[in-house]
Amino acid sequence: MLSHPELFTLSVAHMDCDAFYASVEKRDEPSLRDKPVIVGGGRRGVVTTACYIARIRGVRSAMPMFQALRLCPEAVIVKPSFPKYVEASRAIRTMMDDMTPAIEPLSLDEAFLDLGGTARLHGAPPAVTLCRLLNRMEGELGLSGSVGLSHNKFLAKLASDLDKPRGFSVIGAAETERVLAPLPVAKIWGAGPVMQGRLEKAGVRTFADLRRWDPRDLAARFGSGGERLADLSRGIDRRAVKPDRAAKSISNETTFTEDTADPEVLDGHIWRMADKVAGRAKAKGLAGRVVMLKLKRANHALLTRRVTLPAPTQLADAIYRHARALFDETPQDGPYRLLGVGIAEIVPEALADRTGDLLDPAAPRRAAAERATDAIRARFGETAIQKGRALR
Amino acid sequence: MKITIERAELLAAVGHAQSVVERRNTIPILANVLISADESNATFRATDLDVEVVDRANAVVERAGATTVNAVTLHEIVRKLPDGSTVSLTEDGASGRLSVSAGRSNFSLATLPKEDFPEMASQDYQSEFSLPAGALKRLFDKSEFAISTEETRYYLNGVYLHVADANGKVLRAVATDGHRLARIDAELPMGAEDMPGVIVPRKTVRELKKLLADEEAVIGVAVSDTKIRFRAERLTLTSKVIDGSFPDYTRVIPTANSKTLEVDAKDFSRAVGLVATVSSERSRAVKMKLDEDRLVLSVNAPDAGQAEDELAVAYDDEPLEIGFNAKYLEEIAAQVDRENAVFLFNSPGDPALVREGGDETAVYVVMPMRV
Repeated sequence: MLSHPELFTLSVAHMDCDAFYASVEKRDEPSLRDKPVIVGGGRRGVVTTACYIARIRGVRSAMPMFQALRLCPEAVIVKPSFPKYVEASRAIRTMMDDMTPAIEPLSLDEAFLDLGGTARLHGAPPAVTLCRLLNRMEGELGLSGSVGLSHNKFLAKLASDLDKPRGFSVIGAAETERVLAPLPVAKIWGAGPVMQGRLEKAGVRTFADLRRWDPRDLAARFGSGGERLADLSRGIDRRAVKPDRAAKSISNETTFTEDTADPEVLDGHIWRMADKVAGRAKAKGLAGRVVMLKLKRANHALLTRRVTLPAPTQLADAIYRHARALFDETPQDGPYRLLGVGIAEIVPEALADRTGDLLDPAAPRRAAAERATDAIRARFGETAIQKGRALR
Repeated sequence: MKITIERAELLAAVGHAQSVVERRNTIPILANVLISADESNATFRATDLDVEVVDRANAVVERAGATTVNAVTLHEIVRKLPDGSTVSLTEDGASGRLSVSAGRSNFSLATLPKEDFPEMASQDYQSEFSLPAGALKRLFDKSEFAISTEETRYYLNGVYLHVADANGKVLRAVATDGHRLARIDAELPMGAEDMPGVIVPRKTVRELKKLLADEEAVIGVAVSDTKIRFRAERLTLTSKVIDGSFPDYTRVIPTANSKTLEVDAKDFSRAVGLVATVSSERSRAVKMKLDEDRLVLSVNAPDAGQAEDELAVAYDDEPLEIGFNAKYLEEIAAQVDRENAVFLFNSPGDPALVREGGDETAVYVVMPMRV
């Protein structure tokens, strides 16, 4: 366990998975564990990710495959399988969702988190909560990550890279300048080769070099970016952790324990998925104008169907009815192994379910029943009240 | 086959054909128009297997015969030929080409065998009658806006044409998408009493407009359980009808609404359009606030702005506030041919009834919107 005088006050973190794709592959194929693994190939023939064994040999991301193999001829090359990475990424995201709502994902395998104000909720300071995340990732998913904890995004990202893999680095306010000074300016996140070339021309190689410049001179030489350079050289970064942009869709899916073609059983799944989607939409105050149905056949062939509604909805009843209609239109050529229901074209809930249906006069009563059900669940728990079809 | 035809005549015939053919179809022959010439006539036939249009054009037939050629291409050529030119279409049977020539312009178009062209089987119609084009046009024009585009309720994707009772029998057109409904009546033509109720698809309703352009003409209508045919002097449109049953609309038309608003239809439509301008939402809600002889229309879009407009109206019931989708109000107001639109309300949660003055032959229903 690490110790640091500011450990209890720092709250901005950057979590970066260690050799994410390669780690997922090793986890799923234990025989690869002690071998150098390179994920890549595909169309462009470059390294996407190299495991740490391969990295010792000098293999790096974005390196042409032939060059990587020259450095490490015994490497095992694995073609990337993104569905697996997405699944692992989602699982990690769910763990992070339990920690804070302020999550800003940068890609499948890294994200910023702001744990400010969560100490009472978790009964632990951010540093401990982050350690729990890394432990859960290792224990439940078999994947390791590194965390940087600091007082802003720039330093958090810098810190996560200091002690990889399985790292946990802290940059406190007091030592910010000392830590930065010897680091090369190439560490500036977002400074591409062009900017680095210009900095080098100006005789700037390290953060210490950069600090010697007057901010006004930097602004004069590098334009608007110069101001930011001056700030960064002092470890100042005012950008907040921005939770991901508004959801584009809300969906839920389930893979069955046993493939099925039984419409009764599938109907039960459609209802449960619709109910879950509606629950999430209601929790976020959102509604959707499109209802989607996804089915995967036993042979993994994927079927997706969607329908645009005359008006957006967030009601399980409406989502279920439209998903069920989509299902009824689909040729019944199961068995299926997976079923998903979702909504898209997301709008605020104030715009939803505002116009009744002349031909469905019972709809307002069903909607009222659903709202009453929601109220009962909020008070007595999710399973306090359920529809009969949820038990199919 | 060899025919000579006026450009304008050919343009009209091929124009009808090209609007029926499916542009994205995967069956090549369905992109073609079948041109056939017997001793005295040239006919142009096109179909998408749901709708078939046949146009009989005036032409000089030098040699009888038939062939098929791409409808869109032929239409483009004819459209670009100079007005007043005479076009000859020649097919020698051996080359598999149709030659199109006008003045010094010559085209040679690939053909497909006429034997492959599908014809919508002419069949026994249960009911045949005729009525003025104007009456038929009114039935469809006033109901078309309410046709649903929702695929899951496919039986709403058309106009339900049937015989109904309204102080005597009438020929009635009904369309609804669940949010609004239009019910239009016409005098029952002789011979239509036994007509089966049919749902005329949206595309057919659209194509039909060309057939009904001349309101004085008399249109022959033939109906069976599966097809409907409209025949004008030179154009014949045959369509499949939607295989489904139209819901019982009679119970959704309110009968007890008593709060009556009478408003100038044009002023109303203009005011709704004006206040709706501030919101860019797809389902814009307009609030109608009614007080004695006063109607305040307002839109409040939290992130865009607010708008309000006031109209002098005839209303002497208790004050009422009710919201509607702006588009629905505008579309209904646009149907009103007379000066005044009459709204009948019950409560802010109940559907409103709209009439054109005191006319009972055109009735609209619109669902309110929570505002």
